[in-house]
Amino acid sequence: MVYITLISLHHIKSYFIPMYRFISLATLLVVFSSCFKSYEGKINIDGSSTVYPLTEAVSEEFREIRPQIRVTVGVSGTGGGFKKFLRNEIDISNASRPISKSEIELSKQNNIGFIEIPVSYDGLAVVVSPKNTFVDYLTVEELHKMWSPESQRKITRWNQIRPEWPDAPLNLYGAGTSSGTYDYFTEAINGKAKASRGDYTASEDDNVLVQGVSTDVNGLAYFGLAYYTENKDKLKLVPIKVDQESEAIYPTDETVRTGTYQPLARPEFIYINVKSAEIPYIQEYVKFYLENAAALAEEIGSVALPSEVYKLSYERFKNLRTGSIFENKSIVGANLLNLLHEDAQ
Amino acid sequence: MTRKPLFSIKMKDRIFRIYAIACTAFALIMLAVLLIDITIKGASRLDWSFFTNLPSRHPEESGIYTALAGMVALLLFTLIVALPIGILAGIYLQEYGTKNRLAKFVEINISNLAGVPSVIYGILGLQVFVRMAGLGNSILAGSLTLSLLIMPIIIVSTREAIKAVPDSLRQAALGLGATKWQTIRRIVLPASFGGIMTGIILSTSRAIGETAPLIVVGALAYVPFIPEGPLDQYTSLPIQIFNWTSRPQQGFIINAAAGIIVLLLFTFILNGIAIYLRNKWYKKTNL
Repeated sequence: MVYITLISLHHIKSYFIPMYRFISLATLLVVFSSCFKSYEGKINIDGSSTVYPLTEAVSEEFREIRPQIRVTVGVSGTGGGFKKFLRNEIDISNASRPISKSEIELSKQNNIGFIEIPVSYDGLAVVVSPKNTFVDYLTVEELHKMWSPESQRKITRWNQIRPEWPDAPLNLYGAGTSSGTYDYFTEAINGKAKASRGDYTASEDDNVLVQGVSTDVNGLAYFGLAYYTENKDKLKLVPIKVDQESEAIYPTDETVRTGTYQPLARPEFIYINVKSAEIPYIQEYVKFYLENAAALAEEIGSVALPSEVYKLSYERFKNLRTGSIFENKSIVGANLLNLLHEDAQ
Repeated sequence: MTRKPLFSIKMKDRIFRIYAIACTAFALIMLAVLLIDITIKGASRLDWSFFTNLPSRHPEESGIYTALAGMVALLLFTLIVALPIGILAGIYLQEYGTKNRLAKFVEINISNLAGVPSVIYGILGLQVFVRMAGLGNSILAGSLTLSLLIMPIIIVSTREAIKAVPDSLRQAALGLGATKWQTIRRIVLPASFGGIMTGIILSTSRAIGETAPLIVVGALAYVPFIPEGPLDQYTSLPIQIFNWTSRPQQGFIINAAAGIIVLLLFTFILNGIAIYLRNKWYKKTNL
């Protein structure tokens, strides 16, 4: 018994006491170190994971010229970003769709003004497996037939889309319901955001969709253009016709930017809290963002806007012009340049 | 006339053995395939700059410096909060608490809590720590959330470890006139130290890998500075990996694989320490 007591005393000394010491030391260190703030200002950004790469690139470059400004970027998704934005928790919200009606409503309730700035385009690519030889193009109507909520469990074979196509199963792959890609695709193809059939392979991670459709001869998928560009050898791009008579258009930087690729090209935005927009270093950041967005967008695989859009947007920002140019307007097929010109007058 | 059995008893024995071997092999092969796949993809990316670089849009220049620092800070605060509460709660429930219906109810619920999906803790943390307590998306809010997540595991493993201490030791101490507290401090805790330590380290391994609750309580993806205090914003390694796997460029997939190797090494080392301490302790206490 005495032995055990002795041993255990020894144990306590050798194991617990150093641990306590270590922990209290660490706490002290941490408390002390937080007294020294070595930066001038903070910019909190959160929101869409589609806009994230561009904002990351801009922030990385901004760090080079203004290292004393701490920029942080989160990826809570477009909806999650707006939630934080409308609680005054962040300065800038990344969004892969315009702010929605209910969100505008909430911003009025909470008395939060926002400045809307388009920063880049994203094309949605419709792809099939390279082994698929029969799909030459798809019309918007055919896409609607594939994806509409009414097609659930009814449209399941390729020859139901076009009679000359083979009697093979139609395996669909698409964005998961919480992504902005899903919202946009359903609005463009089915006329209403979030209206889609549910019996398809869904993933929030576009790489999973790439994997799925590249090995499935009877598969068809839609996702961001950058994922096609990075996996060209594994996929076959399908050109889109707006209607039967028009020309079949492939999504490229050019056709997305000029708006010829319709309706699956969408603008991406940042939303700036108008109170934050009065802070000098945030003004500096936004100016830097718009000056460099075009070059950086290309680098990370998304599509730059026409340079005039950046210019007009900067004017909007400088004049602290709040509100959305898409309020009561559909985003599908919208011409940013015209809308911004109209808004300026 | 007796029916001849399909398999003789010896045959049955052999079949069962082969079946058991096949099951073990299946688990091991799956693990090996995962490890080999990750190593092939990510090992080439593992160099010093990967550990010291800030996040970047160029995959080959992007590193885990801030993510690793964030993870360690997060873990440190989680342990500072969860250890004392978890261990003391375990001691109370096992040594002091009376064994009645209420105790049973509490016991069952703590075990249930250990199985609650982690994102639920994230939602709780968002409401209580981030918003009500006003901690924002700080390391402290993340740590408190993770503490809630691992506390049930620590409580349960502490209880199990204490339960394993033979009652004769306790009675001997009490018989010599030691108080209850003296008995616990000098007899029970040292004897169960190995078991408690194992529980702590296993729960730490769980905390390391968590992404879902952290994203909910506001861990970020791009943080170009290491945290300097408990109220700073942070990112963590699993979040960086998650972010990289969803990028289109192949280079980021490689980065993600390299990040996974680092995370796995971290977990292996922690588990190794747990096994070492347990073995060392068992030898000592069984004198």
